[in-house]
Amino acid sequence: MQRKLLLGVEAIGQAAIDAGISGVYAYPGTPSTEITEYIQENGTAKERNIHRLWSANEKTAMESALGMSYAGKRSLTCMKHVGLNVAADVYMNAAITGINGGMVIVVADDPSQHSSQNEQDSRFYGKFALLPVFEPSNQQEAYNMTFEAFDFSEKTGLPVMVRITTRLAHSRSGVVQKELLPENVLKLPENPLQFMLLPAYSRKYYQQLLDKQPLLQKYSNESEYNTFIHGTDKGLGIICCGITYNYLLENYPDGNCPYPVVKIAQYPVPEIWLRKLEKECDELLVLEEGYPLVEELLTDFFERGKKVHGRLNGALPRRGELNPDHVAKALGHEKAESAELPLNLVNRPPSLCAGCGHQDTYIALNEVIAEYGSGRVFSDIGCYTLGALPPYSTINTCVDMGASITMAKGAADAGLEPVFAVIGDSTFTHSGMTGLLDCVYEKTNVNIIIVDNETVAMTGGQDSQAKGRIEKICAGIGVEPEHIRVFVPLKKNHAEIVAIMKEEVAYKGVSVLIGRRECIQRISRVKKMNREENV
Amino acid sequence: MKTDIILAGVGGQGILTIAATLGAAALNENYFLKQAETHGMSQRGGEVVSHLRISDKPVFSDLIPLGTADLILSVEPLESLRYLSYLKKDGCLVTNITEFRNIPNYPELKKMFSEIERKVKTVQIDADEIARKCGNPKASNMVMLGAASPFISIPENVIVEAIATVFQAKGQKVVELNQQAFREGRHFALAE
Repeated sequence: MQRKLLLGVEAIGQAAIDAGISGVYAYPGTPSTEITEYIQENGTAKERNIHRLWSANEKTAMESALGMSYAGKRSLTCMKHVGLNVAADVYMNAAITGINGGMVIVVADDPSQHSSQNEQDSRFYGKFALLPVFEPSNQQEAYNMTFEAFDFSEKTGLPVMVRITTRLAHSRSGVVQKELLPENVLKLPENPLQFMLLPAYSRKYYQQLLDKQPLLQKYSNESEYNTFIHGTDKGLGIICCGITYNYLLENYPDGNCPYPVVKIAQYPVPEIWLRKLEKECDELLVLEEGYPLVEELLTDFFERGKKVHGRLNGALPRRGELNPDHVAKALGHEKAESAELPLNLVNRPPSLCAGCGHQDTYIALNEVIAEYGSGRVFSDIGCYTLGALPPYSTINTCVDMGASITMAKGAADAGLEPVFAVIGDSTFTHSGMTGLLDCVYEKTNVNIIIVDNETVAMTGGQDSQAKGRIEKICAGIGVEPEHIRVFVPLKKNHAEIVAIMKEEVAYKGVSVLIGRRECIQRISRVKKMNREENV
Repeated sequence: MKTDIILAGVGGQGILTIAATLGAAALNENYFLKQAETHGMSQRGGEVVSHLRISDKPVFSDLIPLGTADLILSVEPLESLRYLSYLKKDGCLVTNITEFRNIPNYPELKKMFSEIERKVKTVQIDADEIARKCGNPKASNMVMLGAASPFISIPENVIVEAIATVFQAKGQKVVELNQQAFREGRHFALAE
């Protein structure tokens, strides 16, 4: 069998194509971005012309995916963990409506917060919505389980979540593909009111969802991805969720793990295997990425049950992604002797690229706020968040997509003056526009700087829906045209930029300042792409 | 056969091309492979690392355990020192000597290296200069791969072929230049 070298995210993209999806809907977010990018570049996807353009945000993405499912076709929606917060409204309710065409929701969690504000564990969202969650343990399983998730979705009538973490998302391995399936045909739901969540209907649908839970449990017990592996030493029973299974095997490279093991890759957790393990073993050890979900489930609040080790009792670190060394320690293994030398190395934090326009905006803004003191610049999520670090140290907040404008509003309402919001072009169209409307509605005294590099830069330069539309959007929302100011963030324009900022600070109402210069990474990437096309 | 490699550098320096080349070579040899890389925020000039594991048996963990890596291959000297705790006792450190200074407190490395050389087999190579002589400074990655190749259990000709696979879209001239860069790097390391 031909093996193809794929990242975990690429394996998921390939699996979705092969399972016959008619569309992928997503907003870029590390570590999920490359699923959609892979589909965008894929030959079959192009040939079938499946939907593969970026959505404005995760909520619009998931709603569109649900709409495609309504029409009978298979759809995929992908996001990073915090993206699911944005889509949580449709997510929770899609569990109630159920699906028509198979629908798979891929959520990529980021334990250790390599590129995220928190390390929330999406398995809780699975439990919250009472939906099945697949958590593959390696690249091949990521492919197989995503492929099968569409069938599973149609079989159960529910959306299926595939949960991965950064490590699997961005690690490559050989993957064997299955045969390409045809797309579903257009077909309306049998019950024309299936997606009508008026309370009178939705009470019934919610009951149906509850009634499906024993079936989901049965499928989990029978899943080939949830297994019981026998062991001779019953002193300890080990539960491995997702990729942690590899970290266990790494500690027994010859396959000689003495302890019984339950490997979990499909939720709800397989009760029969967990009960069997508990019955056989004296104590339990839970290995899981993210929060201690399974550990909490198995730990008896009154401490009458068997002892459970894991992230809660200190056998493993409470936060951060696991690795083979953490697992070795929890198993009491000796550490390999390394060539370690006592070095105290300085870190090399990420920084704005040389020549990036954000730098010029921050230098100007620093000059303007010097007069008032710092602590008044609310910002957002993107490359420009690096403006929190020296030498700029300009911005004071980064909380969630779009929060710059609304937090600035709240602070202005509280009496802080002047206040600034710094938000990227794509973040603005993701979640900033409604906040701007709030400001316009109340004529709040805010200075909103849209740092427009005409791309979604931090995730690798994807197309921004905002491109060419920002002035019109702001005017349409009701910002007064004379207070929509555009500047070009270049060193030579410094005096002009400072002057514009000062003028707008003097205006006691909603000002939008657009600093527009294309991302320099994007310029060189597009150049390179054009060059390669010419070859 | 098993080679565990820590690939290190700074975001944007392109350590992933080295990983892709070794990946193609390993696949051609029908070896098992896992390669974990850094995407996202750190790619903006921050420290980036890739764990590359090649074996004739299935590879489990995407991450290399501490103290077990056979090789650290770094395209930047400061970054070569960051992951020393992963190196096994008789492991080897191969690094480019051209510094990438994008932090204000970049340390003095000379003393550190003289200490390390006493304890670890170290190859320090001016890959940028060698690549320039080959005709393109961008080929310094392949010089580095060449310098590390004596410590990787994949035959030289298999890697040379993999370079052709990775660069074929850019034309025969680019393929040959990168293969030449690889050979120069290998030659340097073997002469050490």
